[in-house]
Amino acid sequence: MLDKFVYIIFGLSILSAIGVVAFRNLFYSALSLVAALFLAAVLYICLQAEFIAIVQILVYIGAVMTLIIFAIMLTARINDKTIRASNQQRVVSLIALVVFGVFLVGQICKAQWPQVTGVNAMVPIGRLGELLVGHFVLPFEAISAILTVALIGAIVIARNK
Amino acid sequence: MTTEKFMTIPVSHFVVFSAILFLIGIYGILTRRNLITVLMAVELILNAVNINFIAFAHLSPFSAEVSQIFVLFIIALAAAEAVVGLAIVVALVRNRKTILTDEVNLMKW
Repeated sequence: MLDKFVYIIFGLSILSAIGVVAFRNLFYSALSLVAALFLAAVLYICLQAEFIAIVQILVYIGAVMTLIIFAIMLTARINDKTIRASNQQRVVSLIALVVFGVFLVGQICKAQWPQVTGVNAMVPIGRLGELLVGHFVLPFEAISAILTVALIGAIVIARNK
Repeated sequence: MTTEKFMTIPVSHFVVFSAILFLIGIYGILTRRNLITVLMAVELILNAVNINFIAFAHLSPFSAEVSQIFVLFIIALAAAEAVVGLAIVVALVRNRKTILTDEVNLMKW
């Protein structure tokens, strides 16, 4: 029964993802992305990564999507029906991606995946903290530097001269 | 909820699902004219990669820790990239008065 729940989440996520790239209304597109990110958080809870699910909801939906919706409200004409939503590469890219997708899914299904044994994938948050300042301290410092640079860079790019 | 409840879904199903999300994101990048929709498709791609990482977490205890750390870094990086991308969109609207990818073609030959 819980397997069927995860497959339903798969189906809804794919529908939301199609909604992101298919809606003409920009705001509907952003709301579909919020739905896709929320369904991904539900999947993380199913896969016993609860901390990552909360981080996804707080950071991705709470900050990144809020920022995107701000940018949509400030800069775009949301519901202009005279503007084409997709450019001329629509048919070619659809065909190319479907062909590539069939090939990729075929190769994935043919590959030998390791069997999932009864491994407990639950990682305590304390252990994540230990790893962040222990084994992974270099990427941790690098991501801090990246966030600072991104903040300063965004202000410099977007400021009024 | 015990550990065994979700073990019956093979890893390959999760990989196929994240591959499908990835391809939908690539379709969005290649096709949409609105620059903000292109940025949203990039976020979709990063989300698909995150799902892939967390799905591989079940294979060993070490991969559970590494995958969650990796996903934290990817989420932080996606946030930083969305911030810079949207700053560029704001600057573009201020200078060129357009957000359509077709019309940003000053340097095209």
